[in-house]
Order: sequence, then structure tokens, then C-alpha cells
Amino acid sequence: MAAITNEDLIKLLGDKFGSKITGVNEPYGLLTFETTKDVIIDVLGFLKESAGSGFNFLTDITAVHYPERNHIAVVYHLHNMVDKIRVRIKVFIHEQTPTIPTATVLWNGANWMERETYDFFGVKFEGHPDLRRILNMDELNVHPMLKQYPLEDPNRVDKKDEYFGR
Amino acid sequence: MNHNQPVYTDNDPQDELVTLNLGPTHPATHGVFQNILQLDGERIVSGVSTIGYIHRAFEKIAEHRPFYQITPLTDRLNYCSSPINNMGWHMTVEKLLNIKIPKRVDYLRIIIMELARISDHIICNTIIAQDTGATTTFLYLFQFREHIYEIYEEVCGARLTTNIGRIGGFERDFNDIAFAKINKFLKEFPVALKEFESLLNRNRIFIDRTAGVACVTPEDALSYSWSGPLLRATGVDYDVRVNEPYCSYDDFDFEVPVGTSGDIYDRYLVRNEEMWQSVSLIEQAMEKIKHEPAGVFHADVPDFYLPAKEEVYNNMEALIYHFKIVMGEIDAPKAEVYHAVEGGNGELGFYLINDGGRTPYRLHFRRPSFINYSMYAKMSEGMLLSDAIINMSSMNIIAGELDA
Repeated sequence: MAAITNEDLIKLLGDKFGSKITGVNEPYGLLTFETTKDVIIDVLGFLKESAGSGFNFLTDITAVHYPERNHIAVVYHLHNMVDKIRVRIKVFIHEQTPTIPTATVLWNGANWMERETYDFFGVKFEGHPDLRRILNMDELNVHPMLKQYPLEDPNRVDKKDEYFGR
Repeated sequence: MNHNQPVYTDNDPQDELVTLNLGPTHPATHGVFQNILQLDGERIVSGVSTIGYIHRAFEKIAEHRPFYQITPLTDRLNYCSSPINNMGWHMTVEKLLNIKIPKRVDYLRIIIMELARISDHIICNTIIAQDTGATTTFLYLFQFREHIYEIYEEVCGARLTTNIGRIGGFERDFNDIAFAKINKFLKEFPVALKEFESLLNRNRIFIDRTAGVACVTPEDALSYSWSGPLLRATGVDYDVRVNEPYCSYDDFDFEVPVGTSGDIYDRYLVRNEEMWQSVSLIEQAMEKIKHEPAGVFHADVPDFYLPAKEEVYNNMEALIYHFKIVMGEIDAPKAEVYHAVEGGNGELGFYLINDGGRTPYRLHFRRPSFINYSMYAKMSEGMLLSDAIINMSSMNIIAGELDA
């Protein structure tokens, strides 16, 4: 069987999930698409079990905060080692209700990746067996990677972009 | 994580289970890890891992630094093989900017990256030996890490946190002393590695302590997203260098060793064989460099490559470029890119989102130590305490990479 390509994957996913798959593009050859949180586990499970030789390796789970859109994107990277192809899946969830089903039902490795994402972005993975902070201390009451939390004292003026003509 | 909260129990020692706080600082763990173990005699019943003791918020800091200032942050991830992290980061940015790198630079990078891989594997394998009681082998092979650091020093001036290379290539060409040191290393290291192997490979005590201990099935390893030597020891032949070649690794002839049972002995053998392969890769690269135009050590990308200092002081264009780069005024495309390299412990990935500003919008490190370590507490269940210690050494968990 020939190795699965990005075009095959788009077709497979389109047939199976239809309009739930949006925003398909291929930055630097890596197939990227968006989906919604109600089907994300189905999409991941489908990719793991049925797409080509199977995307059985969960490379990474992380998140990105887009405050101007009021959304947090949870980003999954999967890898099909046999066909040597990667895929990136994004799920946009509202920053006020950051919940998404857990991927620990598919991969054990998702456990710590989701804990890290919860720790830094406050994304609540529903059904996660042990959703606690992992790198920050338990007493911390913010999720520090959200964009509203500055790295340095916001009252400093010596690093403001406008003073450098930016 | 729970900071500095050892678990106290008022258990009667005669009780069945004893709570043991292994770490955060314990000489046997070679780093800052805490595991709260429930012991039944010497056997571990359950364990809870706590990490985050040296978390430094690199991903947050990176959102406020221009690209060239992020390189020193990557040093401090896996500080046993920082050049691999540095190069991985440079290659990520080069992928984002579509920079074409000359072959000679690729080969020079491979020399440095493979030296770093050897130094990483030296640490891991000698420490397995050390923890099984073989101090001689530890001291004997460890001096070659020192020789590798001397090569780094000759190339970039630093030893541990190297900040080696620049976006687009190297900051300077390798000098004759550096090449002489590499050649000396290539001559002396195989002899020492051979002797190291002859001391351990068929050593009764070493085999008894490691073979059949902490076996991992390939299914489990893949489910826990393991990568690198640990995954290969279970029999899965996944190596980023082969699977999606970067930095001209496809020009080279090398083998990916795999194990069969995923136990500690297999991990040791896989790492040892990888050192041999790395030696061969360096030899091949040294040979290939001779056929490339001499003196090429960076790509011709003045927008991104910092010009030499003497140029900056004497040349208008260089001064302008220097100013623009240092002030972060370069325009980078709005795009996102994932780039992975084979680090000492597995797939080291950089997920970079650029929104056209002077700093990344988001930078995420896929850190193999962090992902590999998530299985540790589960693995330890049912294991003898002394085996769990060697198991941790054989996973080569580097605290800097674990906690980012």
C-alpha cells in the first residue's frame, strides 16, 4: 500500500466528518486543520486507528491563547511513523469556558501533556484521571501562559515598543 | 506540584507499608526529582512523581525575546547536549524563514550534534554503570566528555551552556585546533569505548542488575509517546534523523540500533551502539567537508545572520544589519512551524508560531525527558527500590529538559 498523503487524508476526513473539518492548510508541508471539541476525540481516534497505517504516535499537546478572539486553541500534533507523515489539529475553545474532552482515553502519554496545558492555560480536560498542576506550585492562582499576564512589570517604560519606533 | 512538602506518616514501622520520600534532592536521583513511594519491604507498591523544581518559564520568556536571544534559553533545556538544542532552534527559525543552508555548514553542525549526542550518552551509560556499582567505568569514560567540551570551547568559547552557532550557520569557522581536537577525539574515543564495553557488556553483575529489569513493551512505549533510545530499546525503529532527515542527515550512511525487550540492558546497548554510529557519522562528515568549498561557515542571509564585529565597525551595511537584528526589526513571515530533531533523549520538537512581530507569538518545546518521565511512577510499581534507581538513570531524565 502506498504511503498516505495529505490529499488522501483531507479526503478521508472530509468523507467521515464533513463540515466538522475546517481551515485546512499545509504550512511547510504539515497538514493542519481545525475541528470542534464535540468530535475531537472521534477525529483523534479515527486518525489513530483508521487513517493509512494509523497515526499511533501522539507527538504533543499544547495550547495557544488568542485574547483578541477570546479563544484558546488546543493544538495536537500526531505522527504516522510508517507513512512518515505528521498532522496538526487545532480546536478553538472559548476562554471563558475552556473545556475539552481528554485524550487520555487514546494515549497514556496525553496525561502529562494535558496536565501541562491545564497548568499553563487553564484548559480543563474533561474525564482526565488526575488533572493537577504539574510544573507550577499548587498555590498559584493564575494560569501564567495566558496573554493577560505580563512577563515583567507592566509599569516599566524603558522597553515599550513605541520608544524604539515600532 | 507541591513544594517541599515531605509526606510524614505516623506509621508504625511494623506496619505493612512504609512511605519513602525519594528526593527532591537525593544523590541517587542525579537531579531534582521527588518521588513519594509506598514501600512494602524493598518493593515499591505505588509512587507519585512531583516535578517542576527547576521550572524557569522558558516558554513565557521566549514570547518576549527576539529569535537570536532564544538560543541561550534552549541551552538550558537538556544541558548535557545543549548544542543539539541550539541547532534544533536555529533550524526551526531557518525553516520558518526558508533559509537554504550550505552543505558545509550542515556537515559542521552534524559534527557538533553527534559530539553532543556522544556526551549525552556517555553521561547516561556511565551513570547506569555507576549506580550498579561500577565506579571505574564511570570515571574512565567520563574524561571524554571533558574532551568534547574542549572541542565546544574551541568552536564557540563555552563549555556547558554553549549558545553555539547562529541563525544561518556558525559565528566563526572551525579553526585548525578544533579540527585537530576532533581528530584526536576520533582516534582515542573508540579505544576507550571498546574498553568500556569490554568491562560491562558481558559483566555478570551488570547483566544481573539490568537484564530483564523494567521491561517495556513497544505498545506501552508508543502509548506513552516515548521517543529516542528508550523507544528504540523496545524495538521500534523510530529516529527523527532517518524518518524525516534534517541537516543533510540523508547524505550519511548510518544504522539505527534497536533493542528487543526494552529493559535497562537494551537501553544501555542501544546507547552504546548509537555512540559508535555517531563516531562513524563524525568521521564521514570530516571526510565530506574536504570536498566542500573551504571557509563557508554560514548562509548568505544578511537579514538574519549577525555580521562579524570588525565588519560592524568598518562597514555601513554591516552596521545597519547588526542594528536591525539586535533591535529585532527583521520581518519574519506570519506562519507556524514545527521542527523536530533527534535529541539525546528523543524527539526534541519546537512548535513556533510567528505573528510577524519581533518575538514569537508562541513557542512550545516538545521535551522528550518530560514526556518519557510520565511513565516512571507507573513503571516503578512492583519494582525493587534499587531497580527503580537504575531505571531512572537509564531513562536519562535531565531536570532542565523535564521542567523547561
